[in-house]
Amino acid sequence: MEPISIEGTPKTPTVNFDATSGKIEIKGRSIPENSIEFYKPLVDWLESYSSGPASLTEVNIQLEYFNTSSSKCILDVFKKLESIHKAGNEVVINWYYEEDDEDMLEAGEDYQSIIRIPFKMIEIEE
Amino acid sequence: MAFNADKWFEKINTGNVVISYKGEVSSELITNSLEVIESKLDDLNEDSRLIRKVYNVLVELLQNLYHHSAFVEGSEGQESKERIAMFLVIKNGEDYSIHTGNYVHNSNIQVLKDRLDQINALTKDELKDLYKLILNNEEFSEKGGGGLGMIDAARKTGSKFEYCFEDFINGYSFFCLNININ
Repeated sequence: MEPISIEGTPKTPTVNFDATSGKIEIKGRSIPENSIEFYKPLVDWLESYSSGPASLTEVNIQLEYFNTSSSKCILDVFKKLESIHKAGNEVVINWYYEEDDEDMLEAGEDYQSIIRIPFKMIEIEE
Repeated sequence: MAFNADKWFEKINTGNVVISYKGEVSSELITNSLEVIESKLDDLNEDSRLIRKVYNVLVELLQNLYHHSAFVEGSEGQESKERIAMFLVIKNGEDYSIHTGNYVHNSNIQVLKDRLDQINALTKDELKDLYKLILNNEEFSEKGGGGLGMIDAARKTGSKFEYCFEDFINGYSFFCLNININ
C-alpha cells in the first residue's frame, strides 16, 4: 500500500500514513473551509488499510488548532481506526496537547469518550 | 428604512481595533486575517491561552461568514454591496470582543435565533454534551457545521452571544453577532 505523505499548509496539517510501520500521523493546523475534501482520501486510505493492518497501529495526533468542520472528519478517521481495533488488531491513539492548552486536552477527551480505542493524553512542554 | 450596515460598522470600529474588515470573505482573506491577528496578539504579548481562544473563535465565526453570508437579490443601486460581510476584533481592557455582520434571508432568522438562544441558555457541561451529540450523531450539511462552530465558541469562551437582526431590503436582514473572550 502506498503511504500518504502530505506537507502542512497554514490551514491543513502534515499527514503521514504508513501501512508497513503502522504509523499514522496528523500534525499541525486543520482549519480548512472544506474539510471533507481534505480528509476523504485519508478515510479511504484507512478503509483499504483495514483489510490488512500492521499488528500495532500507532496513531499520533498533534494538532495546534482544528476547526469544527475538521472535528467531524477527525471523528471519521477515529471510527475507521475503531473498526480496525474491533477486528482484533492493536491500535493506540496518542493525543498530544501543549501544557497550557486545556481546550485541546478537552477535545481529546471528547473523542476518548466516543471512540473505543485506548487513548494516551500526552502533554508537550513549551 | 433599510438598515445601514455601514453605520453599524463605523460605530464599532473605534477604540482599540485589532482588525476590522468589510467586504467579500474569501478563503484567502480568512487565511490572511488569521495570520494578522496571530502576529498582532503576539506583538501585544498576550498569553498563549488567550491568543488560542481568540484564534479559535475567529476561525469559526469567519468560516460562518464564508459559508453563510447571503447574496441579497434584486437590490438595484446596491450592486456589489450585498454579499458584503463585516468583522471586527476589538480589545477592551483585558478582554477581546469579536463582532461579525452579514446578510441573511428572513426565512433563516428563526432557526438562527433559536440556536443562539439555546446555546446562551446552556451551562458549560451542557454545551459539552450538545457538542458531542452533534459531532457524533447528526449529519453535517455540505457547508459543515450544524451550529457546531457557535457551540464550540461558546464552550471555549464561556461567554454568551449577543446578536441582532435588522431589517434590510427584499426579504433580507442584517445579522450581527458579538462574543467576548477573556
